Amino acid sequence: MLIVNDIKKTFNRGSINEKTALNGVTLHLKKGDFVTIIGSNGAGKSTLMNAISGEFFLDQGSIIIDNQDVTFASQHERAKMIGRVFQDPMVGTAANLTIEQNLVLALKRGEKRFLKRAISHEIRDLFREKLKILGLGLEDNLTQKVGLLSGGQRQALTLIMASLIKPKILLLDEHTANLDPKTAEKVLEVTRKIIKEGELTALMVTHDLKQALTYGNRIIMMHEGKIVADLKGEERRKTTVTTLLNLFERNSGRELLNDRMLLV
Amino acid sequence: MLDMFLDTLQQGLIYGLVVLGIYLSFRILNYADLSVDGTLPLGAAVAASMIIAGFNPWMATLIATIAGALAGLFTGFLHTKFNINPLLTGILTMTGLYSVNLLIMGRANLPLLGQKVIFTTPLAIEERTFTISFLLILITLTIGFLYWFLETEVGLALRATGNNQKMITCLGVNTDNMKLLGLALSNAMVSLSGALLSQYQGYADVGIGIGTIIGGLASLIIGEVLLSNGNILRDLVAVALGSVIYRLVIAIVLRMGLPPNMLKLMTTFIVIAALAAPNLKEKFMIKRGYRSYVNS
Repeated sequence: MLIVNDIKKTFNRGSINEKTALNGVTLHLKKGDFVTIIGSNGAGKSTLMNAISGEFFLDQGSIIIDNQDVTFASQHERAKMIGRVFQDPMVGTAANLTIEQNLVLALKRGEKRFLKRAISHEIRDLFREKLKILGLGLEDNLTQKVGLLSGGQRQALTLIMASLIKPKILLLDEHTANLDPKTAEKVLEVTRKIIKEGELTALMVTHDLKQALTYGNRIIMMHEGKIVADLKGEERRKTTVTTLLNLFERNSGRELLNDRMLLV
Repeated sequence: MLDMFLDTLQQGLIYGLVVLGIYLSFRILNYADLSVDGTLPLGAAVAASMIIAGFNPWMATLIATIAGALAGLFTGFLHTKFNINPLLTGILTMTGLYSVNLLIMGRANLPLLGQKVIFTTPLAIEERTFTISFLLILITLTIGFLYWFLETEVGLALRATGNNQKMITCLGVNTDNMKLLGLALSNAMVSLSGALLSQYQGYADVGIGIGTIIGGLASLIIGEVLLSNGNILRDLVAVALGSVIYRLVIAIVLRMGLPPNMLKLMTTFIVIAALAAPNLKEKFMIKRGYRSYVNS
């Protein structure tokens, strides 16, 4: 479904801030894979997400989604294939627009938009049905401005928007990191449900080792712009937090010291 | 007194198109477009020149509107293709248009004395009644069009472009195209206003554009403060009415003896006050809250 082929990206080349964010990443995802990505700050996790979604062009390598080479496709051109949820709940939705207006924008993801009235009764019914999965009562407030919702509600809405048109790949970039633990859990539960019901292929970046172990069928560990461990199948099932910590120490030569990770 | 009110109403309605255009660029698209200082006289220049050349005033007004759209596209082009700062793109267009307008008119002032204009009444109605009815219908149609447009699939994509560019890009919209569309529409309205203004005043002048943006912003803010509640239709009506109220305020202070030369300065202060008020209010509330906390 997704082939990332030896991609490299260096930002601010030639300046004092030069930073090689991706240093030869290769990744093959099968249809229905739910991969969690872990790694320390600056490992290139988010950059990998941004590369797949086309926020910048690569220095080297190629990206193929569903047999289509998108290496040189701009972000809006590949939007049809990609659903995204960001870390910041404010990024995924338009605050000044209502819930139904946001949803209807997502309903046309990657499609041609016309000069016709966007919202109809049938579309509203569809939205109500989709929002019911969340159990947040949003289905009764379709005309409420999204700016009035909480971070968790907005993130849940973004999830629905990202999966409204079935994406080839769902990219989740620490989408629960800015939420309080209880809301985070709720949003994660919805995530799992949506991925399972839609049989989606998903990549989820997380800082939380427990999360990485609880969700998905494959774990990827990144360090300094490279994939340093790829756990799947039987190996993945036997993995524990200790395994991950040891793996990281061996690969990076230092401990995975991060309060947020160790507290869980 | 009634005369003054009716004259001001006509001006306010004509400038209402400018304010609607500015609402589209500033509020909906979140693009501080200063080209309007150039596209207002552009509309006037094109319409007046064509009318003098013998064209039908309706045709002249239509072409003037299209000229404004093209100028808006130029501004958008500078931003989307060359990544020039939005403020600067507007200033560049506005400055360039000054020469273009002089070129079109051939001189700085073009009188329309004795020419058949769009407001020349075809029926046996008094000219002012005709003008006011015409303008009321036009502004209603414009508001209706904008309201309809902003609820369409394309219109919503345009609103999202102004609100959250990253989100709407991820949903497959080319935000460059949306900005071009929004700026073209906005400047078309401003240029239409210029075309009507020249025919209403009976002349086109290269200098009528100066301060368009500030006057427009003042009207926009007045309308929003007094009448707006976040509903888009209400907003549209509010800013159009804001234009009428602003022109009334000007007429009143002029009558009260303010030298006309001081008008721009007064408008500047209105806009500064309106922009500064929320900021000052917040600071005041924080301090007051702190004091009452300390004193309790």
